[in-house]
Amino acid sequence: MNFSEVFKQSNQLCKVSPDGKYLATCVQYRLVVRDVSTLQIMHLYTCLDQISHMEWSSDSLFILCAMYKRGLVQVWSLEQPDWHCKIDEGSIGLVSSRWSPDGRHILNTTEFHLRITVWSLCTKAVSYIKYPKACQKGIDFSRDGSYMALAERRDCKDFVSIFVCDDWHLLRHFETETQDLAGLEWSPNGCVLAVWDSCLEYKVLLYSLDGRLLSTYSAYEWSLGVKSVSWSPSSQFLAIGSYDEKVRIINHITWKKIAQFEHPATVESTKAVSQVTNFVSLINSLLLPHLDEICSLPVQIPVVKPDPDRANPKIGVSVLAFSSDNHYLATKNDNMASAVWVWNMQKMSLEAVLEQTSAVRCFQWDPRHPRLALCTGNTKLYLWSPGGCVAVQVPTEGGFQVHSLNWHCSDNSLILLGKEQLCLCYMETDEEDK
Amino acid sequence: MPESSLVKDGRSSSVEYGASPLRQFSQSSLLLHRNSYMLGTFCTEHNVQQCLSHINQEISSLGLPPVWTESGNSSELNIVAVLNCMYDLIQLHRRGLRTLESMEVEQLKSSSNIDHLQLTITRLKEQLELSKRENTGLLERERQLQLKAKSLQSCLKNEKEEVQKLQNIIASRASQYNHEMKRKEREFNKLKERLNQLLVDKKEKKQAIDVLNNIGRADGKRSLWKTEKTEAKHEGEMYKTLLSDYDARQRELVLENAELRKVLQQMKKDMVSILSSRKPAVKSDKPEHSGVQARSEEEEEEVFDSSKESVELYCVHAREKLTNSIRLQWRRLKSHVERLDSQASLVQMVESKDTDAVPQETQEEEMDRLKLEIQQCKDFIQTQQQLLQQLSSPCDEETASLLSNCYMLQEKERLGEEWKTLEEQRKIFERERKNFTEAAIRLSHERKAFEEDRATWLKHQFLNLSPFADSKKTPLLKSKSAFLISAETEAPEKLIKCHSDTASPTPRCVPLASASTADLYRTLCLIPENSSVQPKTNGEHVEESSMFCGDVFVQHQQWEHSEDHTPSQEKNSSI
Repeated sequence: MNFSEVFKQSNQLCKVSPDGKYLATCVQYRLVVRDVSTLQIMHLYTCLDQISHMEWSSDSLFILCAMYKRGLVQVWSLEQPDWHCKIDEGSIGLVSSRWSPDGRHILNTTEFHLRITVWSLCTKAVSYIKYPKACQKGIDFSRDGSYMALAERRDCKDFVSIFVCDDWHLLRHFETETQDLAGLEWSPNGCVLAVWDSCLEYKVLLYSLDGRLLSTYSAYEWSLGVKSVSWSPSSQFLAIGSYDEKVRIINHITWKKIAQFEHPATVESTKAVSQVTNFVSLINSLLLPHLDEICSLPVQIPVVKPDPDRANPKIGVSVLAFSSDNHYLATKNDNMASAVWVWNMQKMSLEAVLEQTSAVRCFQWDPRHPRLALCTGNTKLYLWSPGGCVAVQVPTEGGFQVHSLNWHCSDNSLILLGKEQLCLCYMETDEEDK
Repeated sequence: MPESSLVKDGRSSSVEYGASPLRQFSQSSLLLHRNSYMLGTFCTEHNVQQCLSHINQEISSLGLPPVWTESGNSSELNIVAVLNCMYDLIQLHRRGLRTLESMEVEQLKSSSNIDHLQLTITRLKEQLELSKRENTGLLERERQLQLKAKSLQSCLKNEKEEVQKLQNIIASRASQYNHEMKRKEREFNKLKERLNQLLVDKKEKKQAIDVLNNIGRADGKRSLWKTEKTEAKHEGEMYKTLLSDYDARQRELVLENAELRKVLQQMKKDMVSILSSRKPAVKSDKPEHSGVQARSEEEEEEVFDSSKESVELYCVHAREKLTNSIRLQWRRLKSHVERLDSQASLVQMVESKDTDAVPQETQEEEMDRLKLEIQQCKDFIQTQQQLLQQLSSPCDEETASLLSNCYMLQEKERLGEEWKTLEEQRKIFERERKNFTEAAIRLSHERKAFEEDRATWLKHQFLNLSPFADSKKTPLLKSKSAFLISAETEAPEKLIKCHSDTASPTPRCVPLASASTADLYRTLCLIPENSSVQPKTNGEHVEESSMFCGDVFVQHQQWEHSEDHTPSQEKNSSI
């Protein structure tokens, strides 16, 4: 495992281009584009204000830099560094900005979510979408980039509009049976849209691409409901994490629950528990070649009880992540923030519990292999795979605290982001054997 | 006795008792009457003395003064003493009677007391019973009431817990609502501020985009106008996506179904075969009527199933039939195994070695066999599942190409082997043909030589016949023939060498029968030598080099790229 040197970044804005060749980072009001393999600076652009949001276009030719305070969006081209584009939202303000899947339109959401302006870079044309909803996840593009689903709210009722991204033609517009729509997400095959209600009501609705309601799922009433939702990469499963510390798995054929994963504070099972320095993992099989001591069961996981009087309590499953080969699901329960639970989706059972010394800040699956990288804000990087787990110290002077991480899409490397710094980590191909 | 009655009458005046004592007296006198009979017999005239002494004894034993003393010889009784004695006796008697009376009275009293007490006892016992029953009834009621109280308490606890839970929910919801309200209020305030700001602000900054130059679309095409046609096209595309997704899913499900159905069929067949094979082996006493019937049913079913095509199994009835038959078979198998188990245990208990060793062994064997078969079935199902997953999961192109190639691998290998054998055969044929041509060439040479010899000999003869015998020619002839011979000997060597050169093995020789046979004919002088018969193949580099070996003109054809073989020629120059 090799680590690159440390570079500066601000605002945790550091993204690899979709084709995997370039790495763009923001340092205050500058945009730095480097080559991923050599980390040489290829381009350097200067924006008009501190960059709040940065995004690559899907064809890796353009980069969007949004400055929310000034209401400006600047677009830079990699092919022609002299090319410039500036979108000024004026007095209407800017709250979020993103690319469309074809990489030629920019969608700006104005302040107070008054409307979404669609700017075309090909024709300089403008279109408006009214009444977008301000919620946890109000816009989602389908994976192939052909459709966009948008949550709207008119007259105290929730609607979903499906647009064709080609020409922004409104394909479908229908009302949803939610009290207060909190988010929507396309399935990876682009045929089903999952829509879920706010935490006050547990309701997940599944709509087909043509707007028909396929199914409704509600596990219980009255208590706080859905906290997070995730599709499996094959569109076979929908994982719903809720405030009752459970994950429910819905299958795509009957849209009914097929499994329920609980996160008890005491883990009792006949599987072995092993400790790797500060890294406790509970693994299914006993084929652990290199791991250290084996501890006895049952294992107590430290629980932090949330304040009952505050809203959005720190309890429940807030992060769900499927591995790219569909075999594993990693979950994090907010009142056991130092543990990451890995579930085996083939056996529908617990595979491992990764317990850290402090709260886990970020974890992500490798896009190619079933390998999970996680960080807790200290100077170590933790990797788990079915074959074993490993903890690596990031070798930088002055301590590099890993706040978040991102896998490179194809290159077997990780981008580690600290508070103001970033560092790349290159894996060996036979990492798991170590 | 008149004496006694007299005495009584005499005493009647001195008696101070009431009528009853008199009655008693009379009663006792009756008794005395009875007893007086005996008294009469007690004393007779003969035993007066004895009687007197006896009475005396008796009186003295009673504590009274003696009646008669042995003083004097007078046998006359002291009448006073006797009368006193009698009086005392009578007093005693009366006393006795009195006590008897009183005792009788007491006895009566006590018996009546006893009766009374018994009555009270029974009454009290009954009361006791009643009260006991009441007590148990009351205890029972108390117990029930306690139970009810407990259950009510637990209900109360549950209700309290639920109330608590609901209160918690309400509290969390309330806090959530408050939070949302505050957030909305904050946003509202911001909006108000912004509105004020906008109203106040004179110059309005408009939205604008400033692009250096327009860039092309990502897909390079021109954008279309929004017309109904495009809308319809979008709709169409959308439905196409949905349909293809449903199609794919349906295909997967059909495959999965087919696999599972196959597995079920296999399982059913196995189970049927196991059951039918085990039935003769098992010694069971009860007649297997049901088994035979079942077997005939199974056969029927099998016939039924085999007659139906797999397409027909899609209908619900066939499916149900299959699953029901599997269930039936499984139940039978289970019962069979259970029976075997019980038989084995029974047989173990019987303790006859011969008879129980065999069935136990066979049973164990059959159990093992069954287990093995089950394991095989499981493995089979596993591999099928894996294969199915492989089929259904999207595999990348490399593996797809690899897979597509591997289906032909066996055929390719076989083809290669056959090719090799064919090649060997061809080589053998080539060699034989070469030998044949060689032999033919040699033969032709020999014939030629022979002909020449003959010719020379004839010439010689002819010349000999003639008067002009020229002895010079013979050495010439000899020399010629010698040369020829040497040429012949050389030629085959060269031929051989040439052959050995050209006979370096090359794979994949395409035989040219036409060219080689042409050569053959040529050597046999069947066709004119000057006719140009070129080998007809392309890509052959032919060099004709003429070599002179002494007087003999030998032409060799050598090949560089020996794609094709032609045997070396030997042209004889025309002599």
